[in-house]
Amino acid sequence: MAERGRVIVIGAGIIGAAIARSLVRGGSDVVVLDRGPSAGGTSSSGEGNLLVSDKGPGSELELMQRSLELWREIGPQLRDELPSGFPGLELEYKGGLVVATTEQGAQGLREFAAQQRTAGVLAEEVGEEQVRQLEPDLTRNYTSAVYYPQDAQVQPVIATESLLASARSGGAQVHQGVEVLGAVTSGSRITGVRTSNGDFLGDAVVVAAGPWSGQLAAKLGASLPVKPRRGTVMVTTRMPQRIQHKVYDADYVGAVGSGAADLQVSSVVESTAAGTVLIGSSRERRGFDDRIEARVLAALAAKALLLFPFLSDVAVMRAYGGFRPFMPDHLPVIGADPRVPGLWHATGHEGAGIGLSLATAEILTRELLETPGENPFRVDRPSLQPYLEEAA
Amino acid sequence: MSEKACQVLIIGGGPAGMSAARAALAGGAQVVLLEAGDALGGQFWRHLPESRKGGEEQVLHHKWRHFNTVQRELRDDPGCEVVLGAHVWAIERPDGGQAPAVHVMVGPPDGADREPRTYLPQSIIFATGGQERTLPFPGWDLPGVYTAGAAQALAKGERVAVGQRVLVAGAGPFLLPVVTSLIRTGATVIGVAEASGWKRLAKGWLSRPWELAATRSKAGELGGYLREMVHHRVPYRAGTTVIAAHGEESVESVTLARLDADWKPVPGTQRRVEVDAVCVSHGFVPRTELALTVGCTVDAHGFVVVDDQQRTSVENVFCAGELTGIGGVDLALAEGEIAGATAAGTQPRASVVKARNVFRAFAERLQTAHGIRPGWQTWPEPGTTLCRCEDVTVGEVREVAAATQARGLRSLKLTTRAGLGPCQGRTCGRNTEEILSSCGLLDPGRTARRPIAIPVRLGELAATTSSQREETP
Amino acid sequence: MRGPRRLPAEQDPVRPKDSGPVTITVDGESLSGLQGQSIAGVLMGNGRQSWRRSPRTGRPRGVFCGIGVCFDCLLTVNDIPDVRACQRRAGEGDVITTQEASDV
Repeated sequence: MAERGRVIVIGAGIIGAAIARSLVRGGSDVVVLDRGPSAGGTSSSGEGNLLVSDKGPGSELELMQRSLELWREIGPQLRDELPSGFPGLELEYKGGLVVATTEQGAQGLREFAAQQRTAGVLAEEVGEEQVRQLEPDLTRNYTSAVYYPQDAQVQPVIATESLLASARSGGAQVHQGVEVLGAVTSGSRITGVRTSNGDFLGDAVVVAAGPWSGQLAAKLGASLPVKPRRGTVMVTTRMPQRIQHKVYDADYVGAVGSGAADLQVSSVVESTAAGTVLIGSSRERRGFDDRIEARVLAALAAKALLLFPFLSDVAVMRAYGGFRPFMPDHLPVIGADPRVPGLWHATGHEGAGIGLSLATAEILTRELLETPGENPFRVDRPSLQPYLEEAA
Repeated sequence: MSEKACQVLIIGGGPAGMSAARAALAGGAQVVLLEAGDALGGQFWRHLPESRKGGEEQVLHHKWRHFNTVQRELRDDPGCEVVLGAHVWAIERPDGGQAPAVHVMVGPPDGADREPRTYLPQSIIFATGGQERTLPFPGWDLPGVYTAGAAQALAKGERVAVGQRVLVAGAGPFLLPVVTSLIRTGATVIGVAEASGWKRLAKGWLSRPWELAATRSKAGELGGYLREMVHHRVPYRAGTTVIAAHGEESVESVTLARLDADWKPVPGTQRRVEVDAVCVSHGFVPRTELALTVGCTVDAHGFVVVDDQQRTSVENVFCAGELTGIGGVDLALAEGEIAGATAAGTQPRASVVKARNVFRAFAERLQTAHGIRPGWQTWPEPGTTLCRCEDVTVGEVREVAAATQARGLRSLKLTTRAGLGPCQGRTCGRNTEEILSSCGLLDPGRTARRPIAIPVRLGELAATTSSQREETP
Repeated sequence: MRGPRRLPAEQDPVRPKDSGPVTITVDGESLSGLQGQSIAGVLMGNGRQSWRRSPRTGRPRGVFCGIGVCFDCLLTVNDIPDVRACQRRAGEGDVITTQEASDV
């Protein structure tokens, strides 16, 4: 499997960028293609979450834990590699506070935190006094609060551009505005892609196109049951910082783990380095319908005010939406596609792709350049099997 | 929140919107006219509030009598509901062929406890107007530098002169009424600097003179402003502009320079002039938030594309006035009338269709004579502010673009923070896009997309969830 | 005399009606204007040109566009932040804090 030759990465979002950088450092010749501009899709539509708090024990949590180690390593590397005019990552180890507002929610939160602790997550139930210290302006009407000091945040677009710039300085070529139209094949093997800008040949093709990966994989001869799940985030005007951590209501964990198509809203509220407050997050499966709807914004506002009543007079100046790559078994797909030799996938991270990107790139690079090992995210895992058949 | 069905919904109570309302009423339609301010008239007929009503306000206005007549008609017509203080904050593209749902907060501007309403119209006319485009130059963000529109609004709506010794600079005939307003508000205007040179002005205004004969009303309007300038000995300098403003806490002087045909300053022509205010207007951009959100097609300059009946590319959605191109009040009135008549299901008068076409030709002349030239990009220094809200400089934007090699505005905005502040790129968007155009942008025009059309408070938003339906037949 | 100024009614060719005074406080200082004026109108009528600082470099900001699109003139009115001074009419007794003073 050692293919130190040329790798074509489709997608200039954070997953593609992280993979490009990692492969270049592993000695590959890398070409990144995107039909749009860099960081133009899911990577610029979220909050930039690096979270352990919303993940229960299992392979995704382990992937996140590894990613957090890698962010600590790579964050400073990027700062040293990039020119001085390059904007900083805004990588903040600010910690998260998950808050339940009902008795039932409190019970669920405590049990979830207990399970997470067995998997090495720092999850500390905090009392009244400590809550006031952590978030003085939080509602008094909560039933339980758990503090997750490992939760962190990064500016996702700057992170994507930083990884891409790093890959470029290592020799990667990045082509924006080049659309992949189909596969170039040799027998059953994929040996390149046909694009709006001519053919690109390579020894491996990696699909890292987020929610559009299903369409792309189909063009390249493989089905993949990744679906878009729409999310909307609101941004307030600048204000003196009164929210110190990432603060979520305990419903967030349930919404992340749910596969329901209808609208689910739970609060994620946090300040940014610029002094604005981000308010997420809705999840809804409506295909690629990109409308920002008033009913969704109203629901987000109502939830946010439950956590922070003082926000009532604060103005929202912007809302943005995007699509998260949703997998029916809630695990990303990382690795070779056994159905089409030469084809690789790295997608399906839903709302966690910013955080998971670095460990995803590490796995993909290891599988591609060294020897494939135990990989719970492989395409032919049993939990994905029924959906693969359905998608095909 | 109440939901209200209505037949023709018009957004914007300036000349185009008022004209549209009148024509739709004449066509037998039931009309709702939404205006964000607390009076009709828009920027063109901006006037004193009722409590300070002037006995002689016509001295600041063109077609003032017409405004009063239409205003009275709309007020007296039982088929017309004028909603003042109506802030449209969101609009939704519907699934089928029906017109969009319009979400409004009714109450004071930037209020905290306004009444939420949703209108479900059968057809909708956008008459949201335009705003000035101001090009950046060193010192353009000093207090004392205003848009020409600000000088107008303060003169007409407040009787406040922005300064005592004022220079008016930019491009286009819209600089002239500003001079008149400033003089009649007690200011001394020390000159008008028009960026376009005489050669270009002649090409725009003197070619095919027989066409201009048809725009007599326009010529009369401009002629009046010119007479006033001559009377007050206000010097008019073509091919000249302000390339820097100087001062610590406010403007104390400006540097004027002669410009070449591309608006690049001619070396050796700079001179300093003392002023306490400068009013700038380099051109206009349409206020297209709502039109873009519902998916109306726009042209390369960002104006909404309409057919002969003012129909946009979206079914049951019409546009009139500066949204479709900058042509002054006569064009806005004609377009409004056509849109209103068509939305009501009637035929517009042939004479008004003809007038519209004539004034469109006038708009083309404006572009030929005064359109912004690329040489402006040499005015700012690296440290010159580009985005006033977020304090982003021209140099920073160029540097980040070069470092990231990004070709998307979404990425470039989020890496530079240009356009991310409270005005959401309304002031800097077009300038930022032009500065970045050498990056080979793949999503030009993106800075004009603002799904939240005006800031709205979280408490007000949350209150809309307690939905209660009010049926209107 | 420099800067903005309201034309005294007796010199005004427009002949505005006397609407009576309105008094507001701005950062604790009492300012008077005429009923029906915008907050920006009252401030500028009193010669004030700027009342806010830009967020990163602290440059002075006041009215720029005058028609509600630039958001340069924001201030806090009766504890509600981010109100456009050029759009909001001054109400009798309005308590205004400039966002220069409130350390945004």
